[in-house]
This record gives sequence, C-alpha cells and structure tokens, in this order.
Amino acid sequence: MTDPNLYDYNPYSARPKIAWPEGKKLAFWLAPNIEFYEFDPPRNPKRPGWPRPAPDVTGYAQRDYGNRVGHWRLMEAMDRHDLRGSVSLNVAMCDHCPEIIEACAQRGWEFFSHGVYNTRYSYEMDEAQERAVIEDSIRTVEAATGQRIRGYLAPALTHTTRTLDLIAEYDFWYTCDLFQDDQPQPVKTKTGRLLSMPYSLEVNDVITYGQLAMDPWRYADVLKRQFDQLLKEGEASGTVMCIPLHAYLVSQPHRLRAFETALAHIRAHGDEVWFATAQEIAGHVRDHYWDAIQDDLDDKGLKTGGTAFDAWSQP
Amino acid sequence: MSLDPSYLDYPKRGYGQDMDRYDWALAKDRAPVHLASGAKIAAMIVVACEYHPIDPKKAPFNHPHGMITPFPDLRHFTSRDYGNRVGVFRILAALREAGLSATFALSAALLERARPLADAILNDGHEIAAAGLHGDALHHAGLSEDEERALIARTREAFAAAGIEPVTWLSPARQQSFATPDLLTEAGFTRVLDWESDQIPLPLRTSHGPLSALPLLNELEDFKLLVERKQDEASWVRQILEAKDYLKTEYAARGASVLGFQLTPFVAGQPFRITALEALLAGLAQDTDVWCAGADVIASAFER
Repeated sequence: MTDPNLYDYNPYSARPKIAWPEGKKLAFWLAPNIEFYEFDPPRNPKRPGWPRPAPDVTGYAQRDYGNRVGHWRLMEAMDRHDLRGSVSLNVAMCDHCPEIIEACAQRGWEFFSHGVYNTRYSYEMDEAQERAVIEDSIRTVEAATGQRIRGYLAPALTHTTRTLDLIAEYDFWYTCDLFQDDQPQPVKTKTGRLLSMPYSLEVNDVITYGQLAMDPWRYADVLKRQFDQLLKEGEASGTVMCIPLHAYLVSQPHRLRAFETALAHIRAHGDEVWFATAQEIAGHVRDHYWDAIQDDLDDKGLKTGGTAFDAWSQP
Repeated sequence: MSLDPSYLDYPKRGYGQDMDRYDWALAKDRAPVHLASGAKIAAMIVVACEYHPIDPKKAPFNHPHGMITPFPDLRHFTSRDYGNRVGVFRILAALREAGLSATFALSAALLERARPLADAILNDGHEIAAAGLHGDALHHAGLSEDEERALIARTREAFAAAGIEPVTWLSPARQQSFATPDLLTEAGFTRVLDWESDQIPLPLRTSHGPLSALPLLNELEDFKLLVERKQDEASWVRQILEAKDYLKTEYAARGASVLGFQLTPFVAGQPFRITALEALLAGLAQDTDVWCAGADVIASAFER
C-alpha cells in the first residue's frame, strides 16, 4: 500500500470558510460533456474503445444523437434558466461539429479539455504523448474559440501518474479528476497552483442513469436534495455544486423536463448562489484562498510534504 | 468425467454445526434477554471508515469498495477518500443531532493519515473499532497463521501508537481465515462484527477465550442497498426502521435483540442522502424502546 500523496488530509470540519463573491453561499456550475466517440477507435492495451466489438452501432448512434439532437435541447433549456455551461470537451469536436462549439462560445460558455476523443485513453501513454494531447487541447480550443483552457478532465477518466503534474506545468488551474471534496482543494503538484474542482460523480447523469438506474424524477429529486444540503452547509463552509451532464442521456425526450425542474429549483435560490464557470470558481480560490488553505493545513500539522505519486518511478 | 469418490463422503454430517466456534441452538428456545435499561432493541450503528489503497493486490479478491479501473484509479480512490474527509463529518453531525452513539470501525492506515478523524470520533464519545490495516489487507485462509498474526499485530501497533486500544474488530471486506477468531482474541480483541449468525451477541469459542460476535446485518448495508442494488434512500431508511419495528414485535416472546447496520461514509455521507440519514437516525432516537450504543457496550449488556 503506497499513498499516492495527491493532497493533504483536510477534514471538512472547522476549515477556514471560502466566501464566494457577493457573499453567496454556494458556487454552482454545470458541466455539459460534449464528446466524440470514434466509430472504429484504435485499441488501448488497458481498455477497449467500446464494450462490444466495433462497430458498436447502438453505442455510437446514441452518443451521436447527443450531439445532433440532444445538445441543442440542453443548451436551450439552459438558456431558459439563464445558465452558462463549462464544457468538458473532447477537443476533436471542434473539427467534427464546429456549429456546437460556436453556439456555446457565443453564449459565453467556458471550455476545458476532456482529451481529444473519449475513445483515446491515457493508459500507457509516455510523457511526450501525454504532452501532445494537452498541447493539442490548448491549441485546438484556442483556435476555435479564442479561449485559453484552464481545466482538465482526463479522457474517459483515464490517467497516468504524471497527468496532474503535466497539466499544472501547462498552467491549468483545475482538475476535475479528483472526487475527494465538495470544495476546491490544492493538489500536490511539482509546479503551479492546481486545484481539485468538485465535479460530482454521484450526481453525474452517467452514474445516476447508467449505473444507478434512476428514473428521471428520482434524478431530479436527488439533484434538489444535493443542492439543498450543499447550500445549507455553504453558509459555514462555502461549497461547490456541479452537475456533470451528457446530452445523450439527460436530453432524452423522457428526461429533460424532469431535469428542468431541478434547474428551476436551483434558480429559485438565486440570491444565495454564485452561478459561475469552473474557471471563475478556480480563479477565485487560487487568488484568495490558496495560501489560507495551506496555512490552515500547516497550523493543524496536516502538511506531509512531497508531491503526487512521488513514490512511483515514472516509466 | 467423475468426481473423486470422497466427494460423497460426509465426515461432519450429524446434529449441529459443522464447525466448533459455537453450538447449534434455535433462537426460539433460549431464555429471553431483558436489558437493564428496559430497551427492547439495541441499535448498533457501525460506521466503516476504511482506507482503500490505489495500488491494491486484490488478494484473494477485490474489496467490494475497492479500486475498479486500471491504475491509477483516481476516480475510485478519491471517491472513497471523500467519505473519510467530508462524508464522515456529516454522519458525525447527524449522530450528534440525534444524540446517538455508534461504533466507528477504522482502518489502521487512517490513524496517521487522518488523525483529526479519530479525534473527532473520540470527542463525540463513540467507540472506535479496528477495521484491519486497510481495505486491501484481507484476512483469508491463503495466509499462513504467522502472516495473519502479523497483520493483526501491525494493526494493534498502529492503534496503540495513536493511543487507542480497540476491543472490537471488523475484518476488511468481512473476510476471515479459519484462524481469525483465535488470532483476534490472542491480540486482545473480544468483539467481532464479521459473523451475523444470530440476532443477539453470540460467543465464539477461540484459543484465548470467548469472542462475542455481534450481528451486523449484511442485508442492511448502505452500499449494498443503495449502490449495488440501486434502491432509493426512502426505501433504505424504511427497511432499517421496519427491521426495528419487526424486532419489537418479537420482544415479548424472544426478549431484547440487536439491530446492527453499517453506514459507509462515501455512501451515507453524500449530500443528497443526508436528509434520509437524519430521518433514519430520528426514527431510532425517537423510539423509546430503542437503545443505541457502541458494539462493546452492547455486547456487555447482553452478557449480564
């Protein structure tokens, strides 16, 4: 058993409060995943591109439905509730479906990288290959939207032991790959100031609809309860709530109206909530709380030194 | 193709158990226990705070809460760690609010890594039990007795170094070897949460005196119901409170009983489950027939 040393232990009780702009209790962000799954992807030694042999027609077609039909539905629903997205983007979408990228950019949505394709995994990449994916991400989104991306969610949640250090080196501000907290927390990288950004798997539609088999109304109820609890706690701690979404799931015709009831519920508490992008949230914490969090950990004797995966030799 | 003829030999076929940790006895035939407090139900809430390593050996199997995707499984490592860092403090607050005592079973690996957690548990007056070294340090018959003895000794040492002397044991993944009960009493443990053979504490015979087995009901574990079986929070709460109400109906004939169930911080401590957790704990706290205590205190009460 070796500790990956990703971050210092920081018990949720008695932390210094994170105050959001204008005294809001909770920072809320929506993360539509805009993804491209290849029809016939190359095989990664650790994981096949599809559960069935390619072509996995139903799997491919459902995800494409998400882009052709579902995305616009979700975007229009978010327009109705005056909510921006922070897009978890397979950056090849800028080449395949630029209309979607353009429409999001026009709305002032943020983009962050979710790799090139959701069928190209990080497993077994060498450093140069992983750098190439990161550089491709920065370059592609900048060319398509003018935005310099500051966030990363590894493609299909696949990592290497150097992923966090690399994105920190490229001046990324946040990773969505760590699920240990309901507040942004410092990650122990060799350079930079990288935060773990709460990006809940528990209320991610892939988990709730896929793994947990919820119906649309139960999902909406879970989202409302998640929000109510985090809002209540936010008064003392300053919490973050994220809803990660996939149009191929949430924008199904039997699901979107139930989902909108959750958005309406959250919107109804607008005076207590900072509706932000992930980059805005990360920027606020980096600028105002990075040192306070470190000092508090130091005061409590919880800093253990070192950096993530320092016990592992990098192949 | 055929099996070896010995496959149809039944050397232990006969009245009673096929092992000698305890004797066969029907629950209905024993003298009812009446607790000094007059309670009909002893509620034993076990909060399992386990550390699940990111580089597991998975020997001889993967802990049900362990890593799933290829290394480095940041997703499951950090999701489990959420429980010990954030979720458990919601459970502590809910227990405090309800005025209930529980048993927190901790991996030894958390004592150094998450010392403030142990302090918070002790400050609230809960019992701390040992949950082995960590979630991937499984006790199983493939270990030699000395290997398993060393696992328990290292666990003991880690707790002793933290100034904690637990008497209650929960095996990682509730897996044991044939020797585990003997090795536990040899190391000073007197309560165990792995065996749920009865509705009241059941003394196991071991090489170093009795080991009280307290019934922690596998069928009421939050992870099993909410994650594996995909049931909803209302049903989870209803099932535990139904068990409580059912056991009360048996009180007149069978006496007091134990209702043991597990809360797992990365499951029960999720924000969207807190109102359900609060309803569950209120349902126990508001019932004057229910007495909620740590495993050791409950075992002692049934020994009188």
